[in-house]
This record gives sequence, structure tokens and C-alpha cells, in this order.
Amino acid sequence: MAGVRQPLEQSVLTTPRGQTYIIPQRCKGCRFCIDFCPKDVLEESTDINSKGYHYPVVSAGKEDACVQCTFCTLVCPEFAIYTEEIEPETL
Amino acid sequence: MCPREIVVNEHKLDPILRSDRLPHIWCPGCGLGPAMACFANAIQESGIPVDEHVCVSGIGCTGRVAGYLNVDSFHTTHGRAIPFATGLKLSNPDLHVTVFSGDGDLFAIGGNHMLHAARRNVDLTVICVNNFNYGMTGGQLGPTTPYAAKTTTTPYGNPDGPLNIPHLAAALGAVFVARWTVLHVRQLQKAIAFALQKKGFTFVEVLSPCPIGFGRPNDLGDGLEEMSFYRRQSVVDDQAPLDSLEIDMSKDSTLVLGNFVDRERPVYQPMGTEPPAHRDRSVIYQPADPEVKAREAL
Ligand SMILES: Cc1ncc(C[n+]2csc(CCOP(=O)(O)OP(=O)(O)O)c2C)c(N)n1
Ligand code: SF4
Ligand code: SF4
Ligand code: SF4
Ligand SMILES: [Mg+2]
Repeated sequence: MAGVRQPLEQSVLTTPRGQTYIIPQRCKGCRFCIDFCPKDVLEESTDINSKGYHYPVVSAGKEDACVQCTFCTLVCPEFAIYTEEIEPETL
Repeated sequence: MCPREIVVNEHKLDPILRSDRLPHIWCPGCGLGPAMACFANAIQESGIPVDEHVCVSGIGCTGRVAGYLNVDSFHTTHGRAIPFATGLKLSNPDLHVTVFSGDGDLFAIGGNHMLHAARRNVDLTVICVNNFNYGMTGGQLGPTTPYAAKTTTTPYGNPDGPLNIPHLAAALGAVFVARWTVLHVRQLQKAIAFALQKKGFTFVEVLSPCPIGFGRPNDLGDGLEEMSFYRRQSVVDDQAPLDSLEIDMSKDSTLVLGNFVDRERPVYQPMGTEPPAHRDRSVIYQPADPEVKAREAL
């Protein structure tokens, strides 16, 4: 593809990926994690927890969308969600 | 493909929390949780062993932080966190003492202690969660309540202007002064870690929703809406004139955030005493964060 500029190290560039962990019974349903996730990974559960709140779950089709930015981990007031880095995908 | 969410019983920050006390007492949408999470992460990031950290709080919703962190901590009486912390630091200079308390605790009943600890440049970090009211006691007016804001004690609107906290802290002599919101979690964590590493009186103001006491009567909505307000209206400007940092919180007002001051002053040391030799911080401190840049002179 002559003329298309490519970053020199494209073969080694990766996007970090995260796996989401949730503690449903801690959630108080503030939606901070859902509304501020830059990749729209999360949505409200249809179930409620024992306090009556809809906790976050990963949306269908978003299983591989988390980029491990850790924003949800830091912003959750209840220590109810976190992510862990997993094997990145090569671009 | 990854599995969708994995349900667990423990959080990765649990070791630095007294997780047996969770869920905490804070209301849904309160900003105190993210403020505490940023502090917990900053403790880990600071490179200072957890054993050497102490957290001292006064009374209020914010004051509860001392009871939820798994570091040595003390929940003092209302307004007296700074004198307690000063005594602790002077009697055991090896400790890294952080005061974590509310706007009312630190600037109303405790204002005089703030004044003199900053003037002396006592080696403390003070983190002030400013939720613009007395949250714990039912949403009364405090010294940071914006002009015209409604509280339970100013139902027709606040006739006073608010304290401009970063301006005041800088004028009193604090050597590091920053302001972030609980939405700006990464910047907040970095500012706290930097403050922990720096010698002298370091100060971080944290803007935080109190949907129950302040958000509801002032049409800011719930916690999520106030967080969206922070996202929409915040401007980062480390060099902003300090006297322009007053907070309004009306719909179209701007919130100026940043690391405003980073300078050196002699640190408080009682006459005739020497700082312990192993307080040479180059040994235990990571280099100052190059991302934290602020003015060196006022
Ligand atoms: C000597 C004394 N006076 C008054 C009180 C009542 N009181 C408890 S918390 C509080 C104000 C808390 O406001 P702030 O420090 O802003 O904390 P917040 O709850 O907003 O986090 C007051 C006046 C008290 N506990 N002790
Ligand atoms: S780590 Fe970032 S991308 Fe992943 S779920 Fe949390 S907020 Fe979304
Ligand atoms: S941020 Fe935490 S408390 Fe709020 S909805 Fe997400 S998991 Fe629940
Ligand atoms: S009263 Fe306000 S500050 Fe206190 S827990 Fe509730 S929302 Fe948070
Ligand atoms: Mg308050």
C-alpha cells in the first residue's frame, strides 16, 4: 500500500486489555463507572442486589472492549468494581 | 474472548482498607469514596512503606476516612485534627502524617489550627474534601458554601462569599497547593502522592459531591449529575491567578483546577533539635513527579 503512512513499530504496538471484576453486593447504583467508562463497557444489571441497586455488568458484545484504563476502579465510591490487565492483543 | 464480568467477594484495594467495615456509611453518589480510593492508591504509589503512614481526621462524613483506611489512624474531635497531627509528627518524626478532613472541620471550627500549621510549615499533608457544606449534620452553611447557595441554615441563599481555599493555603505558607475534583481521579492521585513525598506543609483541596446536603437544594442533581458538571465546567490551569480561584457552582460557572504552588520554605523544626538522620528523603522518596508542575514563587 504505497503512500499510506504507518507507525514504524506497528508490529509491536499493543492496546492494553482488562478483565472486569465486580462485587455486586457492595454497589449503591451511582452509575459513575457506567457513565464515565471511556469505552462504554458497562451497563446496569437487570437483577438487583440485596440493597435494591442495579450493579454494573459488561454489556453484550463488549467482552473485549476494556482498555484497562482503571478509571472505574478509582471512581467507584464503594470499592465494588476493578479490572486486571490481561494479555494484550497485537494490532 | 474474555468472560464478561467476573463476580468476586474482595476488591484489590481491600488490603489497604478495613474492608470488614464496608459498606461504608456514605450516601449513594457521595464523592468521599473516590477521594479515599485516590488517597489509598497514592499511599501505595508514594513509595513510603504503609507502616509509616498515619491518617488523622476530625469529625464529619469526611472524618470517617480515618476509620476505613487500614493504616494507623486517629479520629479526633471536631476541628482538632491538625494539632493532633502536629503533636504526632513532632514526637515521632519518622511518621508520614496526613490529615484527611472536611471543609467545615478544617476551615470553620479548625481554621485557626490550619493557619498556624501552614505558617510554621509543619511537615504534614492536609487533604480537605470540600463538599460546600456540613454534610454530616444535615447540610448547613459552611465557610466554603458559595454565595447565594441554599443550605438548611440559609434557605433564602447564602449572603456570604466562600473562602478561596487554595489562595488562603498559599498565603499562609503551604509549600504545595493543589485542587482537583473526585472525577479527576488520576490527577488527584498524583497530586496526593506528590504531596506525601514533599517535605513541609502540603495541601490538596478535593471538590466532591454531597448530593444529600448540597446537590439537592442547589439544583445540582444527584452525584452523577454533579460529576457531569465537574466534567463540563472544569478548566485546568496551574498558573491561574490565585485570587481568581473562588468557587461559584452556578450553572455556567467555571471550576479552575490544578497544581497551583510548589515551592520551598524551611520546614518546622524545634530549636536545638535535628531532624533524624534517616529522614534523608532521597533514600525513601521517589523522584518528584515530572507531571506535577506548579509555580515556584508567589
Ligand atoms: C465541638 C463540636 N461542634 C459541632 C459538632 C457537630 N458537627 C459534626 S460534623 C460537623 C461539620 C462537618 O462538616 P465538614 O467538616 O465539612 O464535613 P462533611 O460532613 O461535610 O464531610 C459539625 C458542625 C461536633 N461534632 N463537635
Ligand atoms: S478499566 Fe476503563 S475501559 Fe475498562 S471497564 Fe473500567 S473504565 Fe471501562
Ligand atoms: S461506581 Fe461502584 S457503586 Fe457506582 S454503580 Fe459502579 S459499581 Fe456501583
Ligand atoms: S451527607 Fe453528603 S458528605 Fe455525607 S455521606 Fe451523604 S453525600 Fe456524602
Ligand atoms: Mg463538608
